[in-house]
Amino acid sequence: MTQAATAMVRKQIVVEAPVDRAFTVFTERFGDFKPPEHNLLGSPIAETVFEARIGGHIYDRAVDGSECRWARVLAYEPPNRVVFSWDISPQWQIETDPENTSEVEVRFVAETPQRTRVELEHRNIDRHGPGWEAVTDGVDGEAGWPLYLSRYAALVAEGS
Amino acid sequence: MSTYQNTDGLGALGDRTRRAIFVALAERPRAVGELAAELPVSRPAVSQHLKVLKEVGLVVERVAGTRRIYRLNPIGVSALRDQLDTFWNRALASYKDVVEQPTEERS
Repeated sequence: MTQAATAMVRKQIVVEAPVDRAFTVFTERFGDFKPPEHNLLGSPIAETVFEARIGGHIYDRAVDGSECRWARVLAYEPPNRVVFSWDISPQWQIETDPENTSEVEVRFVAETPQRTRVELEHRNIDRHGPGWEAVTDGVDGEAGWPLYLSRYAALVAEGS
Repeated sequence: MSTYQNTDGLGALGDRTRRAIFVALAERPRAVGELAAELPVSRPAVSQHLKVLKEVGLVVERVAGTRRIYRLNPIGVSALRDQLDTFWNRALASYKDVVEQPTEERS
């Protein structure tokens, strides 16, 4: 249904690198390639740490020493697969209820010894839903409408 | 120059009654009868407004027995999905750059 279609993001990219390196760079250097606005901390990020084990976290450490744990490592199978939760709410805050989090699976498939296909699936995005209801609570307030409508306007513009 | 047409979401919400319906549905899903009881408009009028809101994608309906329950389209999820889609596009493009950089330890 449409709900399922909107609740998932799928990406695929082929990189000129062996599968081992593709996996290592993804996990060890996440901070080097994630977009800079991905920062829930009050100051610039000094480093992003990917704890290489199930139950570990992905966290950002800011230059002022503060930390933000925004993902839990759910599967860690080098060099083929990694799964982590996405504990960031639509309000761009840490989501503490695991029920309201989505998850990201990344698979690394060797196409040749020097080429790797990386398949990424960010799924269960609708689990963040309860957060959006909170947004609509303020829908008749001063803050609620512009927020809601600007989002909607963007969506409508895209769809037309 | 703000000539919003009737076919977009903003235009649909320009009407006061439609906005009231939208706000009511933001609180919780409701049937046509409930909306008509709460608002100073007739049931056919409510149905007509809901039709407009549905056409522009603001509202979705669900059939529950003999009733149709209306609720806001979970556009928040769509917006979040779009945001994450952009995020991963950018992240993976940068990732490709990083992973394909020549490495010092390469033999």
